Amino acid sequence: MPIKVKIPTPLQKLTKNQAEVESEGKTVQELIDDLEKNYPGIKERICDEKGKVRRFINIYVNEEDVRFLKGDDTPVKDGDEISIIPAIAGGAS
Amino acid sequence: MSDFTDEQVKRYSRQIILPQVGGKGQRKLFEAKVLIIGAGGLGSPASLYLAAAGVGHLGIVDSDEVEVSNLQRQILHSTRDVGRPKTSSAKDRLTNLNPDVEVIVHEVRVTSENILNIIKDYDIVIDGSDNFPTRYLVNDACVISRKPLSHGGIFRFDGQAITIIPGKGPCYRCLFPEPPPRGLVPSCQEAGILGAVAGVIGLIQANEVLKFILDIGELLVGKLLIFNALESSFRQVAVPKDKNCPVCGDNPTITELIDYEEFCSLR
Repeated sequence: MPIKVKIPTPLQKLTKNQAEVESEGKTVQELIDDLEKNYPGIKERICDEKGKVRRFINIYVNEEDVRFLKGDDTPVKDGDEISIIPAIAGGAS
Repeated sequence: MSDFTDEQVKRYSRQIILPQVGGKGQRKLFEAKVLIIGAGGLGSPASLYLAAAGVGHLGIVDSDEVEVSNLQRQILHSTRDVGRPKTSSAKDRLTNLNPDVEVIVHEVRVTSENILNIIKDYDIVIDGSDNFPTRYLVNDACVISRKPLSHGGIFRFDGQAITIIPGKGPCYRCLFPEPPPRGLVPSCQEAGILGAVAGVIGLIQANEVLKFILDIGELLVGKLLIFNALESSFRQVAVPKDKNCPVCGDNPTITELIDYEEFCSLR
């Protein structure tokens, strides 16, 4: 079953400006790999060379940060909402 | 309420009438000292509302001058202020709005050398800076000096806010352990921002600070508020305290302040 993934503004160029896309998989890792198939280039923006999620980007399954669950192996199921949230900096000048 | 003038009672009547504020709360606001880092898109709405509410002492940190391209969102400054230091423009605007407020000007850029000295006299800090190096510096300095911090960030149509109470909840590095390396964030010159997005997040920060001073309600501690302007949506995600956090975890690896190389600013 496809799972909805919310794409942050900085990565929407890779998803043809879609803020929400569908992905298939049983774990967060599988979802990211499936995203890469449909939207090439997105994985290297989310993950470092070792395939780990970068330290200024978080992935949430519903409202929980996967770093505090099972990381990339966190299971996902139909109906879950996945969000990719990067740190953002703007504010002053 | 005997120590308020009639004029002051009138000025603040709409909030003094709130049972959660009252004369006692208004006194707390008068005595509070809030530091605002950045007199820009976030610092403008935040400082205007805090001044209007009668927060007695507002520190403003900024080393820039007002440019015409700031005026689309930095509502502290007016057309006639172009070319003036932002701190001077901010001081005039805030003092005109409310002469009860003492505005303390810090016309500097915060660095690892000066930040601890600047924040030490304040009760809470608002981060309205425009770049990752400053944001991580402000977070680390606040954690090290156990100073409460309201964090806000904006990018295009997105906004984020979290309140950090060192010792009680997670810090910004519990949320995002490290800033992005150079080249990995989209060029900020081409990023752009809708002024109203800065207004929304700046006012969330002002609201957090008012609640902190008044000791009412629930702060965004351990929760990241995420705003999207295109959907008009607000959501919250959980931010646990990270025991492996490099600055506030059990075995911190960051014990000194770091000046990251500047690589991105919304100019």
